[in-house]
Amino acid sequence: MITHDVLIIGAGLSGLRAAVGTSHTFDTAVLTKVHPVRSHSIAAQGGMNAALANVEGSKDDTTEKHTFDTIKGSDYLADQSAARVMCEQAPLLVYELEHMGCPWSRLDDGKIAQRPFGGAGYPRCCYAADRSGHMVLHTLYEKSVELGVKVYEEWLALSLAVDGDRVHGVVAMEMATGKLEIISAKVVVLATGGYGRIFSRSSNALICTGSGIALAYEAGVPVEDMEFVQFHPTTLYGTNILMSEGARGEGGYLVNNKGERFMEKYAPSAMELAPRDIVARSIQTEVNEGRGFNDEYVHLDLRHLGREKIIERLPGIREIALDFAHIDPIDEPVPVQPGQHYSMGGIDTDVHGATRVKGLYAAGECACVSVHGANRLGGNSLLDTTVFGKLAGEAIVKYLESGVEPPKQTVLAAELKKQEEVVQEICSRESTGETVGAILTEMRDVIFKKCGVFRQRGLLEEALAKIKELQERYQRVSIQNSTSRRYNPGLMNVLELRGMLDMAELIVAGAIPREECRGSHWRLDFPGRDDKNWLKHTMAVYSPDGPVFSYTDVEITDYEPKERKY
Amino acid sequence: MSQKNGNTDTRYTFKIFRYNPDVDAQPYYDTFVKSYPRGTTVLEALLNIQETEDDGIAFRFSCRSAVCGSCGMLVNGAPVLACRTQLATLIGDQVLIEPLPNMDIVKDLVVDMKPFWESYRRVEPWLHADSGNEPEKERLQSPDDLHKLDPYINCILCACCYGSCPVLGMEEDYVGPAAISKLFRFMQDSRDQRGEGFLAKFNNQRGLWACHTIFRCIDACPKDIRPTDTIEALRRRLVAYRFKKFFRLVK
Repeated sequence: MITHDVLIIGAGLSGLRAAVGTSHTFDTAVLTKVHPVRSHSIAAQGGMNAALANVEGSKDDTTEKHTFDTIKGSDYLADQSAARVMCEQAPLLVYELEHMGCPWSRLDDGKIAQRPFGGAGYPRCCYAADRSGHMVLHTLYEKSVELGVKVYEEWLALSLAVDGDRVHGVVAMEMATGKLEIISAKVVVLATGGYGRIFSRSSNALICTGSGIALAYEAGVPVEDMEFVQFHPTTLYGTNILMSEGARGEGGYLVNNKGERFMEKYAPSAMELAPRDIVARSIQTEVNEGRGFNDEYVHLDLRHLGREKIIERLPGIREIALDFAHIDPIDEPVPVQPGQHYSMGGIDTDVHGATRVKGLYAAGECACVSVHGANRLGGNSLLDTTVFGKLAGEAIVKYLESGVEPPKQTVLAAELKKQEEVVQEICSRESTGETVGAILTEMRDVIFKKCGVFRQRGLLEEALAKIKELQERYQRVSIQNSTSRRYNPGLMNVLELRGMLDMAELIVAGAIPREECRGSHWRLDFPGRDDKNWLKHTMAVYSPDGPVFSYTDVEITDYEPKERKY
Repeated sequence: MSQKNGNTDTRYTFKIFRYNPDVDAQPYYDTFVKSYPRGTTVLEALLNIQETEDDGIAFRFSCRSAVCGSCGMLVNGAPVLACRTQLATLIGDQVLIEPLPNMDIVKDLVVDMKPFWESYRRVEPWLHADSGNEPEKERLQSPDDLHKLDPYINCILCACCYGSCPVLGMEEDYVGPAAISKLFRFMQDSRDQRGEGFLAKFNNQRGLWACHTIFRCIDACPKDIRPTDTIEALRRRLVAYRFKKFFRLVK
């Protein structure tokens, strides 16, 4: 049996930032299903918001204004004191990363450069060209190597060992051998990212299955606001690879088939730099009303920025457009359409990352603090991961210093036995013709088509019925290669699919009762935001018959909800 | 699948390297004949073959957009990222897919990258600088100084260079092109304080002098990093350092 004080699941930005914080004082290990630098954080492009006031035009920017923009962007569903904590921590986190070696882009005076981003009153987004996630993730990985943080690479966490109100560790599979192991830990941190791959069109890496949210949900931990799913306005048509908001931050236009910059109809003052929910809906409306191209996409036009600026500031998306669409944005507009991008909802935590289960923490996209509410602003996710990874680390050190009983071996052993049985049962199934591929494809199509940018009751109910059917069919899924568990993708896909279906159910079932439009949740059958009835967080708890919902108040401390205009 | 342009599909014959050390006495190749539309990448084809033909085929992947470095493998003998390589760009309709060389096989196309990461750690790949707790401001760095890190900071650690290096085929203790480029990235950084003396650790046949300048790494790199250039540059700096040290111009 493996034992650590702190076990962090997931090695993206929030997981590594938490590890950097706890490894000085406590025996810390990170467990991840891919090598840390393969984590989806690597794909972040645009940057990280912090009111540094470095740029001409942002001299009177403040963390207060950043807080307000975040709350307004969230359509007032963010908990205001949590948003404040994040925005106040932001400058320090950017400086810390710089001191660790992050190659932020610089201004002529040597300070960290900042660019305008959607829904922000000032150029506030600190960036490293358009490879910000890559640079920050490599920096944090380098720091973790310096600190000698132990990493279990290519291990898949299968379940949390929770007994009553505390966590004792996890059961995980070493992918290279297929062996199940107990990892005993006083503290477990979930830092597993989002669930993008339950949607047919997603900007996310193929590994984004929402597995950590599913682990917590299945262990009885409440999950919050799952119906709020961000659709990024500009993903590359065909593959849905991200085309950074930075492209619009640098001055890119969105153009329909009539050659119009259509955003002037929807957000006359912010134009292309309105928040993502608004821009995504605008693009989808243009396409739905016949003003798109091939009824599928609009154009992201960067040509007027000129070769030099594109090569200097947007080299990454130029490379992606060249590699995956054979289009050079210097010469041609890029075809873009909305695609699933981010999960505002997730495991219910406080600002210290603590969940309702003692010793169990969560940070980053898999968590819901809530700072993003109904719509996250671009540039606030790198910020969220690092701030709450750090704050969780600090809280964990305090929690462990207060004296924590060792994990109960009986609980861990029982969990191992249970998971062994699950794996054995899957491996022993006779083929019924039911496959992971078929269920995945049907789930992805139905949730994107019926629970996407625009929603309405009838379609949502159809989607939920389909997901229930798929959950039932899941019980019969078999694998072809069950003799050897060594690096067995068939087995791993079956094990992860259950959680993906959970995620789909939580999103759709949460979207049905919320009869209003708020941020990313847009009900065609219930126009307008309904603060009287729905200024509330959705909480879902697992039951064998499906999620049980309850609702909690949103924390409004400083800013009364107002109509959002951009 | 990727964007389809209304073209008819093309038929390809995939020969895929297979080896499960727990089951197979020796490696073999599986053949699959499949048709895909223009724009389909090698990774998309592999995922489709895994889904429709054999769910046990093992290979690594993550971002599918050439930024994470997971899917380095040999396609028709060339080390490439599978996600960035379109079938239509290959010559002919035969697609031979094999694991990256110079590393042991875990299963099929999945290689054991421990030696690669071990060599990465040997160069102490982090910024060597005095950093107090809780910095109050950023350190200044001019855009010109930042540009000295280009393109080395774009390395995605995919190990295509490591797998293509003929020296690593003979001398497994060689630190290798990716790690040296990483070291160069830090030694170019105006904020790094490790000093030229750090290079003395690599003044040997497992370090800077192992490279035979065959330039395979330059061909292999999907991010145009030109590792050989960094090896040559550090050799010059090492020689200059030793010269100055000999004449007691530096410590």
